[in-house]
Amino acid sequence: MDWQNIFSLALQQGLGPSAVVYCLAAIGLNVHFGYTGLLNFGQAGFMAIGGYAMAAVVSTWGLPFWLGIVVGLLLAVVLALLLGVPTLRLRADYLAIVTIAAAEIIRQTVGSVSLLEYFGGQDGLTGFSDSFRSLNPFSGSIGIPGVVSWRANDAWVMLVGWILVVICCLIVWLLMRSPWGRVLKSIREDEDAVRSLGKNVYSYKMQSLIIGGIFGALAGFITALKSAAINPSFFATDITFFAYTVLLVGGAARVLGPVAGAIIFWFLLSFLDLFFTQAAATGLIPESIMTSNQASLMRFIFMGLALMLLMIFRPQGIFGDRKELALDAR
Amino acid sequence: MPAETTAPMETPGRGTSASALRAREVLADVAHEPGAKKPDPIVVADHITRSFGGLTAVDVEHVEVQRGVITALIGPNGAGKTTFFNLLTGFDRPDSGDWSFNGTSLNKVPAYKVARMGMVRTFQLTKVLSKLTVIENMRVGATGQKGETLLGAMFKPMWHRQETDNTKRADSLLERFLLIKKREDFAGELSGGQRKLLEMARALMADPELVMLDEPMAGVNPALKQSLLGHVKSLRDDGRTVLFVEHDMDMVRDISDWVIVMAQGKIIAEGPPESVMGDQRVIDAYLGAHHDEALTFEAEEKIHAEASSEFQGGRAVSAAPRASTGTTERTGSTATTSEHAAASEPASTRTDDHEDGPR
Repeated sequence: MDWQNIFSLALQQGLGPSAVVYCLAAIGLNVHFGYTGLLNFGQAGFMAIGGYAMAAVVSTWGLPFWLGIVVGLLLAVVLALLLGVPTLRLRADYLAIVTIAAAEIIRQTVGSVSLLEYFGGQDGLTGFSDSFRSLNPFSGSIGIPGVVSWRANDAWVMLVGWILVVICCLIVWLLMRSPWGRVLKSIREDEDAVRSLGKNVYSYKMQSLIIGGIFGALAGFITALKSAAINPSFFATDITFFAYTVLLVGGAARVLGPVAGAIIFWFLLSFLDLFFTQAAATGLIPESIMTSNQASLMRFIFMGLALMLLMIFRPQGIFGDRKELALDAR
Repeated sequence: MPAETTAPMETPGRGTSASALRAREVLADVAHEPGAKKPDPIVVADHITRSFGGLTAVDVEHVEVQRGVITALIGPNGAGKTTFFNLLTGFDRPDSGDWSFNGTSLNKVPAYKVARMGMVRTFQLTKVLSKLTVIENMRVGATGQKGETLLGAMFKPMWHRQETDNTKRADSLLERFLLIKKREDFAGELSGGQRKLLEMARALMADPELVMLDEPMAGVNPALKQSLLGHVKSLRDDGRTVLFVEHDMDMVRDISDWVIVMAQGKIIAEGPPESVMGDQRVIDAYLGAHHDEALTFEAEEKIHAEASSEFQGGRAVSAAPRASTGTTERTGSTATTSEHAAASEPASTRTDDHEDGPR
């Protein structure tokens, strides 16, 4: 049992590019669900739109990288409008149904055979991250010697990613302390009350959907850049639910909730994976109980258990306020 | 401001404050009939109908609400009062009709614009924003906030001053409504009566010309009721118009200058409280005629005869039982015409008591 190795690799994942992706996606969901009460189950759709727009603009049409970013952000706004216009006037559950369906439609469309020449079907696209990587100031291995280290490309994605996370958190903080954020929180509590006070609820919900969607698109960019490739399987439905897990672990409606949530989620997930794999390999868990293949799946079982315990003993997440949550029970 | 809080509470009855006297004077010449013309109406509604499936919930021919007075909208359960409220404030759309506020037509105007025009409502089931503090609840109520636009929100200097002013106004309102001690508590922690107070105070943050209160006394304990009454009267002293729905007849008699009575979606009577309470149509529709008279043998025979003839007639005739005095209530229940059972429900029957109800 190599504990140092397990901790080192778990830390590498906990701060690594994957954690950045889920952190950005969860910040978007925090604006939607945590602050406005919009049930967006299609965050993976916003990520796919962002990632694919950037990748296709660069590798299919051969246009500059920055243009890909701009197109990705614009399309995320368009998607938010498309989803919001028909559903935001209706009850909250309609948005949930429409978003989960839309995310799947987007994934199937970019993976379809008829659009193979643009999006590369199930194999996806590659070769769009050259100009991004050419800006990389790092070379060799980066990290704290003996504790944790990342490859140069990962380090560059992480640097850009965590800077984006800081900027997003700053924006969320600025918005949510303002009267604008107060209206969003009020809408979460009771739409009709807000309407009766002369606020255009529909417009606020739309703004929230757009802002959260843009954060989702940023997560999509990082998804594509971290592996220098993109394909439909990166944006499966479970991505959205992992992002929700991240949000709930950290605490909804808290600025730093998604950040803490993402780090803890990825640290634990890879820690459990490494622990069970090594335990099975070294014979700590006998072959008769589980094989090493089965052992690596134990992480999801334990992650689920941890989530259940969290909901029972600390339903407000790490940063949440228990008192606030208890109000619902009255 | 705080001085006004106590003044109206000390005066018994409809009050002898300047605004109460003025209100009485203005309404002196108005005819006591449904749809009467008022000297200076703030709200005028014409031919408003709204039906849910086969049931016509609201069918109002013409009604006017006088500016600067307290008007009560009363009627038995299911009379369409709350529906009419929703229609006026844009929370529901009528099937037909036209209505205006200060001369501006409100047809197809969304609820939030109606509120911005100065016609702010409260709800029968109080809608406080549970997870916001009391003071934050109040701040949401202020209109025209610069910090409520997306770009303005990012830069605190843009809205900081306005926020301070709003907070000052909110504090003085909280003081007036005796909620200042609860300033930093979550609104979800307040009692039912305090929520009613908060909702009323929050509505005032928008500085409305017309305050519409949907059952302000529902689920409020008697002690707090007196203070709420004072607050409603103080709105008139501020020069605001008040229109409220209420079941509590004592309250209606106590504070309203004018009463509009609805039954089965229609306006059946109008007038000052004393005259309306004595109106035979109102007594028939609302209280059930002679409902506390002793049941004599002859009367009972007559009821049985009527009931059996109704059954033999195949279906209940709706107009007949109400016209015959002394029988409405009992005929209603024996003949199983639910419509009458509802109409003859005594005033004391409270359908909803949400002291600790759902938020």
